[in-house]
Amino acid sequence: MTGYLGDVAALARKDLLVELRTRDTVPAMLLFVVAALVVFHFALPAESSRLAASGMLWIALLFTALLALVRAFVGERDQGTLDGLILAPCDRSAIWLGKTLSVLAFLLFAEAVALPAFALFYEHVTWELVAGVALANVGIAAVGTLLGAMAAAARARELLLPLLFLPVAIPLVVGGVGATVADDPGRYLAFLALYDLIFAILSWASFEYVVTE
Amino acid sequence: MSTGEKYLWAAYLVVFAAVLLYVVLISLKVGRLERELASLAELARDRETRGG
Amino acid sequence: MSTSLRNNGAALLSLTAAALLVAGLSLAIFWAPEDADQGISQKIFYVHVPVALTSYAAFFWAAWKALRLLWKGDERHDLESYTAVHMGVIFGVLTLVTGSIWAKVSWGQWWVWSERQLTLFLILFLFYSAYFMLRYSTDPGPRRSRTSAVYALFGVALIPVSFMAIRLAEGLIHPVVFKRDGPDMEGSMFLTFCVCLAAMLALAGALYLTELSGKRADASLRELRERLA
Repeated sequence: MTGYLGDVAALARKDLLVELRTRDTVPAMLLFVVAALVVFHFALPAESSRLAASGMLWIALLFTALLALVRAFVGERDQGTLDGLILAPCDRSAIWLGKTLSVLAFLLFAEAVALPAFALFYEHVTWELVAGVALANVGIAAVGTLLGAMAAAARARELLLPLLFLPVAIPLVVGGVGATVADDPGRYLAFLALYDLIFAILSWASFEYVVTE
Repeated sequence: MSTGEKYLWAAYLVVFAAVLLYVVLISLKVGRLERELASLAELARDRETRGG
Repeated sequence: MSTSLRNNGAALLSLTAAALLVAGLSLAIFWAPEDADQGISQKIFYVHVPVALTSYAAFFWAAWKALRLLWKGDERHDLESYTAVHMGVIFGVLTLVTGSIWAKVSWGQWWVWSERQLTLFLILFLFYSAYFMLRYSTDPGPRRSRTSAVYALFGVALIPVSFMAIRLAEGLIHPVVFKRDGPDMEGSMFLTFCVCLAAMLALAGALYLTELSGKRADASLRELRERLA
């Protein structure tokens, strides 16, 4: 088992180190999410409710996540290292888990900026919102990594990934916004946890079928 | 015909039209397959006469 | 399934579908009673719901074939899964269109978000349309088959999850609640419904087998061309 987890840790660490050196993805995500929040201010009518502002936050988070996901496999594809990874004597699903963890890390960095920005521009951030974001992150990273691998083999992958991702992300938006604004956030948080469980297991189990030639 | 009846017919006709459209598309496909088959038969004959 | 068996099956199923469709629609128009509240427009139910259920059936069939592909590695299941998804989308679009017509006649609007089934179909339509995008932009081969299969499996997992999400979403946004009293299904209504459902399933089956034949012939001809040219 330590072999498996060791592989996962090594893979995740590799992605984070590459990002540390090249700084391709996270700065862009930070800038994008703040820019989006500013744009939304101008997009929202004057009497918009709290609901609208929270909804906008989730849209911003979703599209920022897409930035990370689109770039998640770009490195491997461009350097042809995905084939190398596949041939490596590790369980294919370990690749998925490693990738998911690094995407998760990128999301957390982006949210560390996005949530304070949201608190500054719109309204204060409740613990329910943070919990919702944390749970949604898992779903986004898990499903997004799998779909990213699917899109990596295709032409026009930057266009394809949002198309694949958005329908599957709808329940996450419902859960997240619900956790933020509803009277009983517990239901929505539980739903997010259920989504995470179902789709993480599915993604973990099916990843190897998606990457092998 | 009452409004309700008009919409009822609209709904039924939409389904009917969809099926007919499907038939048209399938027959076009069959036509294409026949042409392709004829062209391949031609190729096979040429091969034979060339001494394959 | 051998070619001749499939073709004979398609012919037989087409005949069955034709007979059931005539029977079902005749029952719906001439025999089934009019609904007390909604009047005659309620009869849209006899196409709308069977088409919706057939769409679900097609997606589940696609997922089943996808599972078989991943399990056994038999490439033949790829076209079967693909064709089933195609059927699901066609019937899904019909569900949306007939549902929209029904909404217009019931409430004067072409779309209402409070109709859970319609919203679910909208999400599924988006999801399975992306399936075709995925197939078209990936090069043919075992990788495309497997990727499509995994995606088809995700689809059926999405169905219950999305439905839950839609129900939860209703608690957040307060729509003008348009609710339609479900028909109290007395015997004659239920029988008509069953016949129409059987008809739509048979129709989908016939179209599925026909389209599958076309796709297999396409593949065979392509292979033949490569050999000859």
